[in-house]
Amino acid sequence: MKTTSIRDLLAEQPVLRDLEPADIDLMAGCSHNEVFAAGTSLAREREVANRFFVVREGHVALELHAPTEPLLIETIGAGDLVGWSWLFPPYRWAYDVEAIERTRVIVIEAACLRDKCDADPAFGYRVMKRFAHVVIDRLHTTQYRLLDLYGAGDVR
Amino acid sequence: MVPVMSADVDSTTTTASRRAPVGPMVPARYRVAGRQPEAADAFTIDLLPIDEPIDEPEPGQFTMLYAFGVGEVPISVSGCPHREGGVLRHTIRAVGATTRALCGLEAGSVVGVRGPFGTGWGVSAARGSDVLIVGGGIGLAPLRPVVRDVLADREQFGNVAVLIGARTPADLLFVAETEQWRSRPDAHVAVTVDAAPRGWEGNVGLVTMLLDRLPITTDRSTVFLCGPEVMIRVVARELVDAGTDAERILVSLERNMHCAIRQCGHCQLGPLFICADGPVVTWAAAEPLLEVRRW
Repeated sequence: MKTTSIRDLLAEQPVLRDLEPADIDLMAGCSHNEVFAAGTSLAREREVANRFFVVREGHVALELHAPTEPLLIETIGAGDLVGWSWLFPPYRWAYDVEAIERTRVIVIEAACLRDKCDADPAFGYRVMKRFAHVVIDRLHTTQYRLLDLYGAGDVR
Repeated sequence: MVPVMSADVDSTTTTASRRAPVGPMVPARYRVAGRQPEAADAFTIDLLPIDEPIDEPEPGQFTMLYAFGVGEVPISVSGCPHREGGVLRHTIRAVGATTRALCGLEAGSVVGVRGPFGTGWGVSAARGSDVLIVGGGIGLAPLRPVVRDVLADREQFGNVAVLIGARTPADLLFVAETEQWRSRPDAHVAVTVDAAPRGWEGNVGLVTMLLDRLPITTDRSTVFLCGPEVMIRVVARELVDAGTDAERILVSLERNMHCAIRQCGHCQLGPLFICADGPVVTWAAAEPLLEVRRW
């Protein structure tokens, strides 16, 4: 059976497409695969954000804890990135992350990647640019959602 | 209670008593044959002609629906008679007096219908290419006949993707039919909502989140796009950035149509009268007009 290396799996991810091959090599050294069954937790709000995820298959839900029941913020599917709280202190998750279905992810160990970014600022800059791109995309779509785009238009 | 003409015309109306419309401003009478709720504020009504029927509409065209005694509104056709067993289908969101009256019609009620008006999607021109259909909110209604036409002649098209966005799961249109589309192995169908209660197992997020990893090639696909204007802009720009030709992105614009025959000017958008030059136009034509800041 053919197995794909973690490096090749990372290189296939659209969310990392702007990174150079050498960057992917560096990132691969901090990465491994994990599988989460439906309903299991990938992260909890306020826990230490010592890792983040690239979803390979399946979907996860980003949820905010609330007194009655968790509030569903957004879902993240294959090819997308989950988590950026690892980038800056205090390195704590801002929301819960739960697998909606059986979900395969690449786990990237945050401290390992941060150390490599600090050791090689050019690499760190490229990683930061890539993540800033994702964060800005997510911010824009959140702003659009706040507009309630599907609300009433013509009121005749 | 909104006054709407009740079922005062016998369904056995004879041919001799039929009254052919005498012009595009004279409505033909249609009887409501059925009414189905689609969402909390949206209904599909099926119409059968009493008078001489209007011409067969093309997907994307609209009619002027007249709730007698209340008013007339432009509504895109959500089902063409040749694919709906003879009924003319409209899906209407109740947002004002006239649309509320239309959504409240019981079977047997009579409405006036003028049309069909405007440009259609031109589905047959997409044959041979990949097809991406993106509908947001009530914007899925005019795209439903496109999906049906494409899936009915599936072998004529390349890869097919249908993306649907709505405010919440309760606002989704054509839920059962969407499941049928989704069950087909030869079409990629994805749904997302802006907000959902826990337990919703679909996507939550803007419809653009569904654009990644589509099984279509953006540089040789035809795109059919309808929804709120801001959504159209966001999706169209993202597709153009990904390499789609703006001439191959078809969008349906909504403006204040009244006469529907290029006379009153209410629906004018730059050089276009949307009632006649639209509602379906290319993104290449629409983008510069939609970028005008304040009229």
